[in-house]
Amino acid sequence: MNRRSASSNRATPNGRASILAKIRKNVRNPEDPVRVARVADRLSRSPVGLIPARARKPHDKQVDLFCEQAVKVQASITRIKSIEDLPTALAEYLRDRNLPKKVRMGNAPFLKQAGWDKLPDFEISNGPSVGDDPVGLSHAFAGAAESGTLILESGSDNPTTLNFLPETHCVVIRASDISGDYETAWTAVREKYGKGNMPRTVNMITGPSRSGDIEQTLLLGAHGPRALQIFVVED
Amino acid sequence: MQITSPYFKEKSSEALKDANLQKAMGNVERGFIDKRANAAANLPEFEALRDRAKEIKDHVLDHLDLYLENYEEKVQETGGRVHWAAGAQDARNIILDICKRANAKTVTKGKSMIAEEIAINEHLERNGIEPIETDLGEYIIQLRGEAPSHIIAPAVHVNKEEVEADFRRSHRHLPPGRNLEDPTSLLSEARSVLRDKFLAADVGITGANFLVAETGTSIIVTNEGNGDLTQILPRVHIVLASIEKIVPTLEDVSQILRVLARSATGQDMSVYTTFSTGPRRAEDPDGPEEYHVVLLDNGRSDMLGTEFQDMLRCIRCGACMNHCPVYNAVGGHSYGWVYPGPMGAVLTPTLIGVEKGGHLPNASTFCGRCESVCPMRIPLPKMMRHWREKEFERHLTPDGMRRGLLLWAWMAKHPKLYHAGSRLVINMLGMIGSRKGSFKRLPLAGGWTEHRDLPVPEGQTFQQQWAARRRNSKVGQAA
Ligand code: SF4
Repeated sequence: MNRRSASSNRATPNGRASILAKIRKNVRNPEDPVRVARVADRLSRSPVGLIPARARKPHDKQVDLFCEQAVKVQASITRIKSIEDLPTALAEYLRDRNLPKKVRMGNAPFLKQAGWDKLPDFEISNGPSVGDDPVGLSHAFAGAAESGTLILESGSDNPTTLNFLPETHCVVIRASDISGDYETAWTAVREKYGKGNMPRTVNMITGPSRSGDIEQTLLLGAHGPRALQIFVVED
Repeated sequence: MQITSPYFKEKSSEALKDANLQKAMGNVERGFIDKRANAAANLPEFEALRDRAKEIKDHVLDHLDLYLENYEEKVQETGGRVHWAAGAQDARNIILDICKRANAKTVTKGKSMIAEEIAINEHLERNGIEPIETDLGEYIIQLRGEAPSHIIAPAVHVNKEEVEADFRRSHRHLPPGRNLEDPTSLLSEARSVLRDKFLAADVGITGANFLVAETGTSIIVTNEGNGDLTQILPRVHIVLASIEKIVPTLEDVSQILRVLARSATGQDMSVYTTFSTGPRRAEDPDGPEEYHVVLLDNGRSDMLGTEFQDMLRCIRCGACMNHCPVYNAVGGHSYGWVYPGPMGAVLTPTLIGVEKGGHLPNASTFCGRCESVCPMRIPLPKMMRHWREKEFERHLTPDGMRRGLLLWAWMAKHPKLYHAGSRLVINMLGMIGSRKGSFKRLPLAGGWTEHRDLPVPEGQTFQQQWAARRRNSKVGQAA
């Protein structure tokens, strides 16, 4: 085996060719004629692996499990009947926590349907966050019940900065978009973007931000939001 | 980073006497072991998922060249750039070059062990660029001028009072009388100090937990959200990842994610698992304008096809060190380089050379707990044994130990002498020590008796006891 010093000061002129050549020399069975076909097959079929039993329950059970799991990781949940109930429910949530009447959100059509004129005394603005927004509001396209995980895609509908900069992050999800596992979300992404393509950013979010870096004690509210509130719309 | 791995013995004796460190290391058990056990117990499929995760990585390693090519093609399709770095110096040059072209003054960093491996911070500093660690643990040790002592909890060796002192010393612009007793106030202070740095940085450097060949995506898994602020706010995002981070598809990564957080922190999922693909697009209101991936080899391709290939399955969860009695006793800094604990004992000699890292595989009691918790089923004890054999073959073992082992080997081939010799020693020790029950000090065994007492042998050698048991059981069968 060659030994390489981490502090070696030699630069390697053609990194790509030399790395690939070395891998080809060292892999087991480099001459195996089906190597290329095997890789192409796996990439095109994306075989699904083992899905835990808890993620294979019927749909209504999945919504309950999603809520349970999200609460376990210190998110809070409000279940509402329709998207039109969102403004009132949001106002209530913010009032209960003495938070300002100021919300920043993207252009997600689903959120627009809520009818924000119901909150005339609120300052509601659209666009990415520049760091001083107390509350961000987003729409998750999928949720995975097995771990209470929200899945959001980037774009002008849901600027990624809104997921991380505001102190409080509110996320709206349709009950029908909640499924048991993560794999269902990948199917949805492929339907929308085509096989092998992704939106610029996909965020899986499981609870509000936290750190265990001081004496291994869990503290909420590290660099991301201190609170994560989820509105589940029973459609 | 200065390599002190050759002084493992000296560093660990110091560590055992360091009261602050010993207090801090007490948090490892409380923070990790029970949580992992609960998380594993709560998912009936956990063991089967470990098998799947292992299979996926084995498949990748057998086809690594092909998956890397696919991955590169996808990154380029989405407007990103892939840079191949054969060694640490190559990676440092590439990163500095990107930073210079971006006119970078400050660079924020998400936690990356590979960044430690190539010592990028020192390199940027030497070239007038300020690197800012943003993971709380990394930030703390950057203020202290230290290296991480754990791969997922870099400041696990530091106590709260020490963090408070570091913050008071470094955050001079804040009122000196402020109350920092509560850990929450420390966290809030770090949050607000770093918030401005995030917004001002020109370049963000993160590591990657996975690279997805199917889509050209890099994935980071974090709890704090610092990695995300690092990669979405600056104009340029650099992903620094080693070649073995590849997984084929989104389905494959989902399998491994189910064992990663459970093994690491006992969470079902870490808070943020973020998939980044290329630079921001026309319709994106945020995200970086440039997206670079630096693929680092640095000795890994040499491990393929050897007895150390299995180590390339490692997903850096930290479970092996959390469960290692040696790591828990001496802490991560004793290992003297970037990777501590059992995974470090195997990886370090392959990456920095057996001359410098060859002592580390001796830091094992071969209790096997590391292998039993490793989500990727890496046979860590077996690989440590390979290193010991190599070290011995290469005559790198210290003379005294070599002579001792050779004598033992010769004795072992001469059973009569062996038995007589060990009987003699046992009897002698028994006679000298029988009054006290244990030895506080023994000539030639100072390394053992300095920190624990050697129990006085109770009369018979193992072989004598074994022979006696066989005689008894034969008697039993006959009756
Ligand atoms: S060797 Fe196994 S247990 Fe240790 S860090 Fe790697 S994956 Fe985790």
